Amino acid sequence: MTRCFISRRALLAAGAVGLVVSRAGMSVPAEAKGLAPTRSMRGGSNNYRPGAPVVDRIGGGGFWMSGTVRRAGDGAPLAGQRIQIWAHTTEGHERDQRSHGATLTDANGVFRLEMPQIVPAFGQPHGHLAYDSGDFETVFLRPVMNSSSDTSLEAHFVLQPA
Amino acid sequence: MRRPPERALRPLLIWMAVVLLILLPLALAAFSPLLQWRQPVYIAAGFAGIIAMSLLLLQPLLAGGLLPGLDGPRGRRLHRWTGACLVTALFLHVAGLFVTSPPDVIDALLFRSPTPFSAWGVIAMAAVLATTLLAVLRRRLRVSPRTWRRAHVVLALVIVIGSAVHALLIEGTMEWVTKVGLCLAVVGATAKVAVGLRLWRRQV
Repeated sequence: MTRCFISRRALLAAGAVGLVVSRAGMSVPAEAKGLAPTRSMRGGSNNYRPGAPVVDRIGGGGFWMSGTVRRAGDGAPLAGQRIQIWAHTTEGHERDQRSHGATLTDANGVFRLEMPQIVPAFGQPHGHLAYDSGDFETVFLRPVMNSSSDTSLEAHFVLQPA
Repeated sequence: MRRPPERALRPLLIWMAVVLLILLPLALAAFSPLLQWRQPVYIAAGFAGIIAMSLLLLQPLLAGGLLPGLDGPRGRRLHRWTGACLVTALFLHVAGLFVTSPPDVIDALLFRSPTPFSAWGVIAMAAVLATTLLAVLRRRLRVSPRTWRRAHVVLALVIVIGSAVHALLIEGTMEWVTKVGLCLAVVGATAKVAVGLRLWRRQV
């Protein structure tokens, strides 16, 4: 038997909500305001060591931290931006110098850095990322892994010109 | 005086349950894979937290005289000593975490941490400190024993609920089943003893 996932009631409710939103002028057209800048996350800058060197990979690798960097407003990808990354891993604590490294975004604004496996510390398996190079406003991110057995983690930046 | 066999068995079973509820979480945490990636100070801080949780199980049992052989004045005297040990374990827990990562602990103490469990832990810690003051200043406070007990019981409930939520939300060295077992036992024992005191019953 096939199941219909959108019930008539849900469809009617969605339609009604859509009508209210459009009539009340509550929708925000994308071109009017543009892409909002990413705000720093709570605790994002904890154990930050400014000036981590650009590296091919942090330690022995095995875990991938990746993401994108775009400009606020038009969302244009930003190439050559330095993203600093650190975490508590199988090879060191957040505070250890060897747990820190940086990488640059490619032409599409994408970055990807191999690092040791992140393990839970202070209650959650999480990583830290920073954009702190001056051309744009500084942003600190602290993404949390869905599961501590994950072998990759993503974080995305939308930067506001300084 | 000889007791019937089923009466003699009861104290043994109670003590076995208490010992297992306390030792199993500690033993399984000692085999946590996370330990191999932590410094000794961080490991000690974590175990101080688990020991504090174990002491929270003993506290209501001692206060309520539910531990066979430790009822009455003996139990209540031990209750005070266990309270002092609890404060010490709590201090080591927070101090060890502070040495491991100062900014994370400062965030937690200022209630601006991204992890909700830390707020529960800090609330429970505040209630422990308030209870310590309440116990130390008992004579000087000049409140009726009933009022004093009410205040102590309210703080105790804040402590056990805060600590249980704190522990359950953490992904750490504790094994899940034994952690849930210990937390439920702590909250259950405290609730049982608190209800048994009948502090909010209308006085005739």
